[in-house]
Amino acid sequence: MSKLKIEIITAERVVLQDEVDMVVAPGIDGQLGILPHHVPLLTSLQLGELRLKKGSEEISLAITGGFLEVQPDRVVVLADAAEREEEIDVARAEQAKKRAEERLSFRTGEMDLARADVSLARSLMRLKIAEKRRRKKG
Amino acid sequence: MSTIRLIKRRIKSISNTSRITKAMEMVASSKMRKAQQRVLASRPFALKMNELLGHLAAQLPPGEALHPLLEHRSPQRIGVVHITADRGLCGGLNANMNRRAAAFMLEQKVPVSVVNIGRKGREFMVRYGRDVRAEFTALGDQPGLLDIAPVARIVIDDYLSGRVDQVYLAYTEFVSTITQRPVIQRLLPVEPLHPGGTYLVEFLYEPSPAAVLDRLLPRFVEMEVYQAVLEHISSEHSARMVAMRNATENAKELIEDLTLTYNKVRQEAITKELLDIVGGAAALG
Repeated sequence: MSKLKIEIITAERVVLQDEVDMVVAPGIDGQLGILPHHVPLLTSLQLGELRLKKGSEEISLAITGGFLEVQPDRVVVLADAAEREEEIDVARAEQAKKRAEERLSFRTGEMDLARADVSLARSLMRLKIAEKRRRKKG
Repeated sequence: MSTIRLIKRRIKSISNTSRITKAMEMVASSKMRKAQQRVLASRPFALKMNELLGHLAAQLPPGEALHPLLEHRSPQRIGVVHITADRGLCGGLNANMNRRAAAFMLEQKVPVSVVNIGRKGREFMVRYGRDVRAEFTALGDQPGLLDIAPVARIVIDDYLSGRVDQVYLAYTEFVSTITQRPVIQRLLPVEPLHPGGTYLVEFLYEPSPAAVLDRLLPRFVEMEVYQAVLEHISSEHSARMVAMRNATENAKELIEDLTLTYNKVRQEAITKELLDIVGGAAALG
């Protein structure tokens, strides 16, 4: 079976370069599963989990939005921020979650609320992925 | 006697200074190396971004209204994002950038407002009574894209609301360790590159080319500012490294000269004393 080359790039670094069997990405209109020989596609991504299947192994990354380009044998993800599951800073995510929840309960300006919402969603997603990894290992 | 002490004191003081400049040189050179790595690390993203943008822009049906960030308007007001260092002691880097930006602003026939990144540029613009729209200082040596996003936000908002009709980036381009060049480059409206030949495949867009472009353009602007800041940081550290190396070398030369003078004066004093003694002995005998 042919493989998909995947590159995950942020403005600061190349996060991951690999060959995988399948990519599942959080597309703007819902989850997207991509297998080799997919039609060329360009879409934006939303906050979520990006999963890569490689044999029996599954790699999971937290991304906070970005763009996905698919060519028949190649997938490029331009992420705003991306972390591999093992890179997720659980303590930081917990803190961010607490901060965001506090801010939401105090109800300040509308801008603040929106920001707290986004930040809450981000930390929850990171925690979810980190939790999954812990269970997988344990 | 007193000249000898004075010379000695100067030698001591200069050698202290040279120790500091030497240390600064080494710090700057390690920071420069890191900064260069960051420029390189951000390049794949920038290339891909450019490629996608060029490709998307080519997909838009002609005749349809362009995205506001792509649309050319006749400039009534111009914005400049002026990037300088927070600190000095980096040769002519800040002065050159300020001079270049000031010359550019004087050329314009319409009012110009400035968004400053870096303290040195802000001080300059404030001193000359320029319209400083916003200022960002103390971004540090390793800013992330998140630190730059607010800059892009302001610029994009101003552009969309019609406060400015063109925006330029003024930053110091890193040519090599010894050469840095102040440049001014247009940021807005965005000018997509024409797609290369590899991109002729039909693409599927989710949800539509316009929608993807709508999300891509602000990111593109952010990335352009980010890249300029990274270039500037590389330039700053290499300029500082070279400046400090020159300072250290000058100090070394000064110390050599002064040591020579010191020895001469000391020898003269000894000779004079000897003559006195010999003269005195002769008078007694």
